[in-house]
Amino acid sequence: MAQAAVLQSPSGSSKTIRLEQNREALEKDKRAEARVMFHLTVPALVIVGLLMVAPIAWLLSMSFVAPDGQLSLENYRLFFAEPVYRDMFLNTFKIAFIVTVLCLLLGYPVAYLLAITPAPWSGLLMLAVLMPFWTSTLVRTFSWLIILQRNGLVNSALVGAGLVERPIPLVHNMTGTIIGMVHIMVPFLILPLYASMKAIDGNLMRAAANLGSSPAHAFARVYLPLSMPGLVAGTIMVFVMCLGFYITPALLGGGKVKMIAQRIEESLSLYATWGPAAALAVLLLLMTALCLGLSLMLVRRLTPEV
Amino acid sequence: MESYVSHRSRLWLYILVGLVIFYLVAPSLIVIPTSFSSSRSLSFPPPDFSLRWYRGFFGEEKWLAATWVSLRVAFGTMIVATITGVAASYALHVSGFRLNNMVRATLISPLAVPSILIAIGIFFVYARIGGLLNTIPGIIFAHCVVAMPFVILTMSAGFNSYDMTQEMVARSLGANRFKAFRTVTLPQLKFSVVTSMLLAFLVSFDELIISLMISSGPVATLPRVTFATLRDDVDPTLAAASTLMLIVTTVPPLVLHIVTSRAKRKDRRHAG
Repeated sequence: MAQAAVLQSPSGSSKTIRLEQNREALEKDKRAEARVMFHLTVPALVIVGLLMVAPIAWLLSMSFVAPDGQLSLENYRLFFAEPVYRDMFLNTFKIAFIVTVLCLLLGYPVAYLLAITPAPWSGLLMLAVLMPFWTSTLVRTFSWLIILQRNGLVNSALVGAGLVERPIPLVHNMTGTIIGMVHIMVPFLILPLYASMKAIDGNLMRAAANLGSSPAHAFARVYLPLSMPGLVAGTIMVFVMCLGFYITPALLGGGKVKMIAQRIEESLSLYATWGPAAALAVLLLLMTALCLGLSLMLVRRLTPEV
Repeated sequence: MESYVSHRSRLWLYILVGLVIFYLVAPSLIVIPTSFSSSRSLSFPPPDFSLRWYRGFFGEEKWLAATWVSLRVAFGTMIVATITGVAASYALHVSGFRLNNMVRATLISPLAVPSILIAIGIFFVYARIGGLLNTIPGIIFAHCVVAMPFVILTMSAGFNSYDMTQEMVARSLGANRFKAFRTVTLPQLKFSVVTSMLLAFLVSFDELIISLMISSGPVATLPRVTFATLRDDVDPTLAAASTLMLIVTTVPPLVLHIVTSRAKRKDRRHAG
């Protein structure tokens, strides 16, 4: 508008009109192109929309339908009424919590060293962290089965060293499940943590030392708070992913460790009922969304403003 | 960050990290020696060297069929996910459509949704529409859902570091949009495209939970057959299968990593 007004002269109102038309045509053209370009996203959207978004919406509606076909909260009421469900929930949260804490203890030092080590070594270290990422979860779980079994590597070492009298059960129980899950989840903690540590200005630590801080004190007061965004993001991510774990508990838990994902699969394959499975699925999705939302909020709050 | 603390006073950190790295890397490798064992049990270290479990793997119809299914599915996923994903990320990058953010979030969301939910959702859809349950195309489309975020994220990063005006130049010199993309943009983004293809292949080759729901019988994938065997009877043929899976999923990324870092170094030398 402003441009048109400037160019307007007593004799040249037609010029203004042409300019207006021109701009309108250009904008129309731009919109048309945006529309055409947008069509390129359609195949990808159809795949994800049809196979993921739509069925999840359907699951949501299905979870409110009782076995007799009536609309009700029956499927959700089961969670509180039946001790099987209560135990399963408690179990899921307990495992997710223990695994997250262990990942934190193991992952933080690695991320820290990764962030402070100079080039050739940090690259090698990074490769070591990423290698398990590329390795099939199934293969890694199977490896743990070999290592932790009754006459496996760990048990023979323990018995050989005289630490225990007879082999201890390390697999087909909670212990094995946790060892296997931590192994899979540690890189998921290290990577976001490393990203946020890499952004910390090393001079801050030197300044703290200069002002009389011991290394431990400087770490606790300067480094740790600055690494918080990555720490929170990584921790919540690990926790959330643990909630939906299937393979490791199924194989290393030996049928004794039940988590949400297995319960969903079982209620479909054993009982062929959609209601309870759908309700569990909705609950899992809700928890995932809540945790991720919380993570976004916390990270935004914890990131220091520059 | 350079450190001001001496290496000696940090020794405990090095030892601790060394142990964690050992925990991360070593266990996955144990299947390799186990697969060459002569013993029937999964003992480690193996008593003697033998190839009997590889002979078992390659002699058994179940394993060969599953390997062939997995390779075909992974190849199909690679093609479909890469083409649709590259097209989508190109469109998202060049057009300022107002739904862009929503589309991007949708295409990346399979990364955040637990796989068991995606699996039962797809199972439901396939059970309803028919014709896709327990078929290779059905598994390919399903795997495309979980491979899509990786393609979109890789390609978006590629497009963000690419100067789009080059394509404008080509178009102002008379190339149409597709030709400009094919001859100017695509060659410069080849590393992103190859990375996307590789990730899509690996995600599919490795995928288990969706396959558990929608692939069985003659179209059971290798992870699915491995999982079923692991549950029923454990024998060292599994170690042979695992070693082969380990090679397929570890060697190509390693090669790509080496090739790209070498190419980047070369680029930097040219630039400098």
